[in-house]
Amino acid sequence: MSSITELMPFVVLIPLIAGPVCALLPGRGLPWLLATLAMTTAFILSAMVLAAVFDGATLSYAFGNWAPPVGIEYRVDAANAFVALLITGVSAILLPWGKPLVDDEVPERQGSFYALVLIALAGLLGITLTGDVFNVFVFLEISSLATYGLIAHGRDRRALIAAFRYLIMGTVGATFLLIGIAVLYILTGSLNMVDIAERLPTAEGARALQVGLGFIVVGLAIKLALFPLHHWLPNAYTYAPSLISALIAATATKVALYVMLRFIFDVFGAAYSFAALPLAAALMALAIGSMFAGSWLAIMQSNLKRMLAYSSVAQVGYMVLGVSLTTLAGLSAAFLHLFNHGLMKAALFASAGLVAYRCGGLGMNDLRGIGRQMPWTLTAFALAGVSLVGLPPTAGFISKWYLLSAAVAADQLWLVGLILITSLMALIYIARVVEIAWMQPRPEGAPAVQEAHWTLLAPVWVLVAANFWFGIDTRLTVGGATRAAQALAGGVWP
Amino acid sequence: MTLLSFINYWAVIILMMTGYYCMIVRGNMIKKVIGLGIFQTSVFILFISAGKVIGGATPVLREGVERYSNPLPHVLILTAIVVGIATTAVALALTVRIREAYGSIDDDAIDAAEEDDRV
Repeated sequence: MSSITELMPFVVLIPLIAGPVCALLPGRGLPWLLATLAMTTAFILSAMVLAAVFDGATLSYAFGNWAPPVGIEYRVDAANAFVALLITGVSAILLPWGKPLVDDEVPERQGSFYALVLIALAGLLGITLTGDVFNVFVFLEISSLATYGLIAHGRDRRALIAAFRYLIMGTVGATFLLIGIAVLYILTGSLNMVDIAERLPTAEGARALQVGLGFIVVGLAIKLALFPLHHWLPNAYTYAPSLISALIAATATKVALYVMLRFIFDVFGAAYSFAALPLAAALMALAIGSMFAGSWLAIMQSNLKRMLAYSSVAQVGYMVLGVSLTTLAGLSAAFLHLFNHGLMKAALFASAGLVAYRCGGLGMNDLRGIGRQMPWTLTAFALAGVSLVGLPPTAGFISKWYLLSAAVAADQLWLVGLILITSLMALIYIARVVEIAWMQPRPEGAPAVQEAHWTLLAPVWVLVAANFWFGIDTRLTVGGATRAAQALAGGVWP
Repeated sequence: MTLLSFINYWAVIILMMTGYYCMIVRGNMIKKVIGLGIFQTSVFILFISAGKVIGGATPVLREGVERYSNPLPHVLILTAIVVGIATTAVALALTVRIREAYGSIDDDAIDAAEEDDRV
């Protein structure tokens, strides 16, 4: 037990230390190898950490042996161990996959490219594991700055504009978070999450606390790409290199949601947050807006990656909808979808990346008839799409099912209809791609496209298999999500 | 009196709104970065104002002084300033690359160029 406590910070430290080392490595092979090794090790460690906290235990590690609340504390319960497992797991699968694509898209100075990847992931993991609010801000900026750099690596010149606009919006979001943290510090004199939660009841009448909560929720909603604050996301995902699109689509918004929940539940306390601001109503309205706007815009898109990006906005809506039900079942559904959506979007963006790698473009015209030429890739895309739509027996079905039951249990029957309508919209945009790729003939004179090599296909199929595996064996996902929800809101919400 | 005693906070709000306005309204990317800098700095002042203890001395331990101002906000903001500099540096680097790629750093001109890219 104690040894795992000492190993736990290394989930963050390994990528954080490997990053700068990576920047010094020459050539194409070594930086990639180090990054893959680092993330695989972090994955194994975070699996061990999740196993240790699965039964409701909490691990606490004081940095530099300064006891909290004075020192920085890393505090891990089922909620953050679950999110850390998703980040490390997805990146450990995607990094081996991404090597040839990175060779193609970023031919030079790969050392610094992989260094940025590792630092972005270390930042996300740091946000996830830390128990100190200022540390959250610092890690948020570390991962964001690295992500801006990574997006700007895209070959299309529009990647630069996407990165710049994301930088402006992302920094506003992070600064809003900093304002909220300043208010918390002024009112309580502490930066440790547990300590703030203990001291806050004396300040609960203060208007400043309400303002602080508002700033934190809005700031993180920008990072979460909750409608109508999602404008940075579609361009950033579309023009980033394929590996980066897949990585950040599967991880970055999930971490923002997790940390928002951590602030709402653990720092401010669910009872206070939902009474001080009309948070449930606001989140529900924005979630429904996300679901509809995201799905509708996804149907309208003519670029595959852009379509998937708008679909991410819609899927974020489902997660926030689960939270807005203010029940334990709804929160579990949110965590469940957070994990499952990471898996399905990683698989979808990975197969889209293969199409771009082999066929050059991702416009719907480039995709015509490509299903017969790249059958394995497009089958993987279609199967991951089935999971996105939410048909059994996939992970997507499980999360939709839990979300629907939570809505029914909360007596919000009208939401059932909205969830079904937006799922049908997802069916439309996925089916459209399948129709274009399989049913339409290849245009005259289009160059023949070769199927991707099996080493590229294998990680994609691992992700697709995971989507089906977690659609049948739900012990890890449902168990983890339920325990995560209990760790956050156990005893407060029914 | 109350107005004056909250002068730090008035300064924070004025700076914050100036920076925010500049970021939203200006089409020039350098001006956006300047606005972002002003916006961030206002939050630094908010944080540092919280560290002042009335009647407190500079937080250097010495004989004969009982009350010290709180040094922690300064330390935190030192970190936040470093983050702010890094953000400005990345933003300026991106602006340089955008200038190279588009020949302009104005939002409208770039939007027009993006339309061309799409066609």
